[in-house]
Amino acid sequence: MAVSNQPTSPLQPSEPLLAGAAVGSRAQLAGRVVGKGRWAGAWLQSPRLVVGLLLLMVFVVTGIVGPLVVVHPNAFVGPLLAPPSSHFLLGTTQTGQAVLAQLVVSTGGSLEVGFAAGAIATCVSILVGVGGGFLGGRLDEVLALFTNVVLVIPALPLIIIIAAYVHTGGEGAVILVIALTSWAAAARVLRSQTLSVRNRDYVLAARVSGERSWRIVLVEILPNELAVVVSQFIFTVIFAVLTQAGLAFLGLASTNSLTWGTMLYYAENDQALSAGAWWWFVPPGLCIALLGTSLALVNFGLDEVLNPRLRVRGRGGFWSQRLERRERRP
Amino acid sequence: MRYFLRKFGFYAVAAWMALTLNFFLPRLIPGNPVEILLAKMSQSGPTPPGEAKALSAMLGLGHGNIVVQYVDYLGALAQGKLGISVTNFPEPVVNILASTLPWTIVLVGVSTVLSFVIGIGLGALAGWRRRGLVDALIPTTTFLTALPYFWLALLLLYLLAVVIRVFPLDGGYSPNNLPGLNLGFLASAVYHSVLPALTIVISSVGGWLLGMRNMTVTTLAEDYVVAAEAKGLSPRRILVRYAARNAVLPSFTGFAISLGFVVSGSILMEYVFSYPGIGFELLQAVQNDDYPLMQGIFLVISFAVLGANLITDLVYGFVDPRTRQET
Repeated sequence: MAVSNQPTSPLQPSEPLLAGAAVGSRAQLAGRVVGKGRWAGAWLQSPRLVVGLLLLMVFVVTGIVGPLVVVHPNAFVGPLLAPPSSHFLLGTTQTGQAVLAQLVVSTGGSLEVGFAAGAIATCVSILVGVGGGFLGGRLDEVLALFTNVVLVIPALPLIIIIAAYVHTGGEGAVILVIALTSWAAAARVLRSQTLSVRNRDYVLAARVSGERSWRIVLVEILPNELAVVVSQFIFTVIFAVLTQAGLAFLGLASTNSLTWGTMLYYAENDQALSAGAWWWFVPPGLCIALLGTSLALVNFGLDEVLNPRLRVRGRGGFWSQRLERRERRP
Repeated sequence: MRYFLRKFGFYAVAAWMALTLNFFLPRLIPGNPVEILLAKMSQSGPTPPGEAKALSAMLGLGHGNIVVQYVDYLGALAQGKLGISVTNFPEPVVNILASTLPWTIVLVGVSTVLSFVIGIGLGALAGWRRRGLVDALIPTTTFLTALPYFWLALLLLYLLAVVIRVFPLDGGYSPNNLPGLNLGFLASAVYHSVLPALTIVISSVGGWLLGMRNMTVTTLAEDYVVAAEAKGLSPRRILVRYAARNAVLPSFTGFAISLGFVVSGSILMEYVFSYPGIGFELLQAVQNDDYPLMQGIFLVISFAVLGANLITDLVYGFVDPRTRQET
């Protein structure tokens, strides 16, 4: 993908991505170059990426198709606080609704907030990070300072206070608040990336040949940062899903749409804990954690596939591991 | 010296921005917050004279144009006038902050340090014996980092306080032991803090572990490690004195960002455990539309996080001389 398009040799180490691990010795690196033809199949060779994508697919499909399959999440289906059984796979709530139906419908709500907030935050971070890094000068200094400040001011208290002040509780407002407090980390990474790409030969060549600034950014710089943008986007989605869950758990998010956080809010308010109704509060949290894990796995996996230095590592068979170890510790 | 001046400058700007943000926030409140607050207060008892003026100055909503309001607001803060809490009328906000902040600082502080030490230790080991048992921890820690703090808190509470009644359900100390410097109270406070601390450690240890592991792997490939191996130093000495010592540095810089997460997470965690800290107080303020208390708590949390970051940066400057040379 992005990195392979670079007009440099495939062995040219791309900028260290987030996980930033490197291989043991140079000798191995040279010995196991993966040819260009294998790029297509490369993603299959990262088990992390495959598992992560599969898990993510399950959530996305559930979010889209699920609501058509299950009963209405607020429909009264029978016994109150019934434990899981063949009839109610995940039991029922205090007010006699099926937990499974709520869980399935919540999937869409949580994903929506996560991806919408992630997309907005990524756009802001590209504007601030790439824009500042590319233009440089005073503007860049101010933007970088601003980014770093936003990064250290704790986000959740701020989000809680804004949500409490605004009082509207609409889904759009929640998305916006989360997006506007979570772009800074990505902007910082993108800025440093842009600073290093900005002075590479092909960018200078484009500049000399009279390309316009916006075209250089869109055609020369951004495509080369696609890997970083995607990985930052994924991180922001995880953050947004977690934050929304927290807000909803406190009763500060929209109560119109059902999300995993809203489920936990009702479970907590209806004393699910002391009633021992684990089937009510365990599944939503587990789903949040699994979604987060799947996204993180996709991130690590993409890193492995796109970053040649990481790619060599982790796929060695039994013997190459032995060799590697022997080489390291004589 | 320049490094330290720059750091002080940065945090001064950050503190000023937090103050300014706090100044603009009350404008989001629909209606006239000062009147709403005064009406609420008068239900609970007589409001002290001059409270209306103090409130509007503190919320940045006094008379005059925005510049005058801003100056009034900074003046009120400089004198430590944070207003009176509606929830705990007529207690001044400052007193509430003073009584709740220590709980959070001790709890979050101790568990963050614990989590850092455990994570760094395990991370170095995992990087050292790359395909060993410790490395199997990586997928597990990824999962742990994705756990929502408050849900983990609920789960621990359910397992260790409802199903197996080992730990107390809520609170920061037993009602039989009133706060004071005696053994009974301290024991009760420690006993009540085990589950909250466990929540923080479990959900934050993964990040440290992963970062440290990756850095150890990178550092082990450095020439000076190979040189140490060639000299025939013991593996233990190489790991501790050569690899881990250098690999730990980036974790220090990561401290800044993670601390914000931990503090944020601990707000929700305190809510679950009804822990008498500043996060629980914030949520009570939210439920009662207690604007002065919310404003005060936001300021204190921001300043505490900024202060902790400043200390980390200064320590980092001493630990790693290279940072001081960077322009």
